[in-house]
Amino acid sequence: MFDWRWDFTIEILPRLLEATGNTLIAAGLGYLIALVLGLVFALAQRTPYRLLTFAVRESIEFIRSTPLVLQIFFVFYVGPQFGIRLSPWTSGMIAIGLHYASYLSEVYRAGLDSVPKGQWEACTALNLSVRRTYTKIVIPQAIPTVIPGFGNYLVGIFKDTPMLSVIGVTELFHAATSIGAETYRFLEPFTLVGAIFLAISLPAAMLIRRFEDWIRASLGMTKLHAKD
Amino acid sequence: MSNESFPLKLEGGDVPMVRFDRVTKQYGDLTVLDSLDLDVKANEMVAIIGPSGSGKTTVLRMLMGLELIDEGVIYVDGQPMTHMEKNGRLVRAGQKYLRRMRSSIGMVFQQFNLFPHMTALQNCMEAPVQVLGLSRKEARERSLELLKLVGLDDKMDQYPARLSGGQQQRVAIARALAMRPKIMLFDEVTSALDPEIVGEVTQVIRKLHDEHSLTMLMVTHQMGFARDISDRVCFFYEGKIAEQGSPEQLFDNPRNERTAMFLSAVLEAD
Ligand SMILES: Nc1ncnc2c1ncn2[C@@H]1O[C@H](COP(=O)(O)OP(=O)(O)O)[C@@H](O)[C@H]1O
Ligand SMILES: [Mg+2]
Repeated sequence: MFDWRWDFTIEILPRLLEATGNTLIAAGLGYLIALVLGLVFALAQRTPYRLLTFAVRESIEFIRSTPLVLQIFFVFYVGPQFGIRLSPWTSGMIAIGLHYASYLSEVYRAGLDSVPKGQWEACTALNLSVRRTYTKIVIPQAIPTVIPGFGNYLVGIFKDTPMLSVIGVTELFHAATSIGAETYRFLEPFTLVGAIFLAISLPAAMLIRRFEDWIRASLGMTKLHAKD
Repeated sequence: MSNESFPLKLEGGDVPMVRFDRVTKQYGDLTVLDSLDLDVKANEMVAIIGPSGSGKTTVLRMLMGLELIDEGVIYVDGQPMTHMEKNGRLVRAGQKYLRRMRSSIGMVFQQFNLFPHMTALQNCMEAPVQVLGLSRKEARERSLELLKLVGLDDKMDQYPARLSGGQQQRVAIARALAMRPKIMLFDEVTSALDPEIVGEVTQVIRKLHDEHSLTMLMVTHQMGFARDISDRVCFFYEGKIAEQGSPEQLFDNPRNERTAMFLSAVLEAD
């Protein structure tokens, strides 16, 4: 029933693996941007400046309520209308970084909120600076709360990288599409893409769980996941 | 705020260590402190008692500068704390000024509020190193001395989760003392503890009172302890001091009907 050709499979494998490198770079870079921006968004919402808080809150809401693929298109195609011309990679990283930043900011927010009020008050009573309060007292305690969310979105951003192909970022999905267009064979390239995604996602999810347990253990907390 | 009637600083022979001058604090429509006046002399131990919700915790929180007051001025050691002088007038204290004023006050909380990811010793060392700029060696020596004072030098490397409630509270006391405050605030520091370990914490407070010159404000439900240790007892009712006096006077001969009712209710419950 299937017309699976192994010679063709082996022939296209190097090209797909090379594109996998780009997928990993896109996911990694996008995630780094999201980690930093997400923290900025979360902290901005905790400042006493009403207007800033409101603007950030609404922007996050807006980004979360519209599709990622639209945002990618928007940054790439609408930018030039305002004289901002960006490469596919730059636009893609901005769009996916912003998108995930708005999700991660909620994870940060939940993490910061999970630290009891008494911890902040103890810091104030001891006269610790705001900076020190965050870096030494609050953020370390928020880490166990945020790790699962961070892990989910790391896998999420990885799985969303194919959307970057719509503006021509040469990641895995883009490579498979090109192979299909050149050879009129779709079965092998897309099956391989699926297999590669699976081969990365599954171990990553497992590593994240391990990491979570390790963090919790090193903070003297109980394990969430039984070893099985 | 029209504060012409509040002095820029307290001067003269008998400046109190703490003065609440017509201090009001509101949460929405609820007036929690109602034009409160309270003076505490240097090295005085004042016990604060009263029904739940009468504003006892709020008094300490305002003095610690954890929140802003709505009206009035709090003075510490003669200087305004909630306000500062600007062009011959009192204006609301800025963050920097407030931090400087806070440095003479330490607070111990009902729920301990130790940093759970730091050992007992690290809990004590953090602020002296970061805020006072002590070297790690100096901070360590100072912290060890204080952990010894509260009887926990052998537990210095334990995380709070490994300590009993009484031990955690003693670490919290050592941590506050490590900043060398002139004034110590205790907010029901024994009410989260099992009855049989209350004594180990009250003993530490007693020792501080007997051997160190500190001004102390202590909110407590332990009438026996308040009577034993304090120089003066203030009975709070609806955001005001309904009655105050020496422990003997207040506990044996309450003049205010509400004090009498409160005391008989509390003593009955014991
Ligand atoms: N952050 C707050 N927001 C609203 N109401 C508060 C807040 N803090 C305290 N209150 C209210 O103020 C009153 C006095 O509180 P508190 O000083 O804690 O009383 P006490 O320590 O004497 O039991 C209570 O009615 C309490 O509910
Ligand atoms: Mg209270």
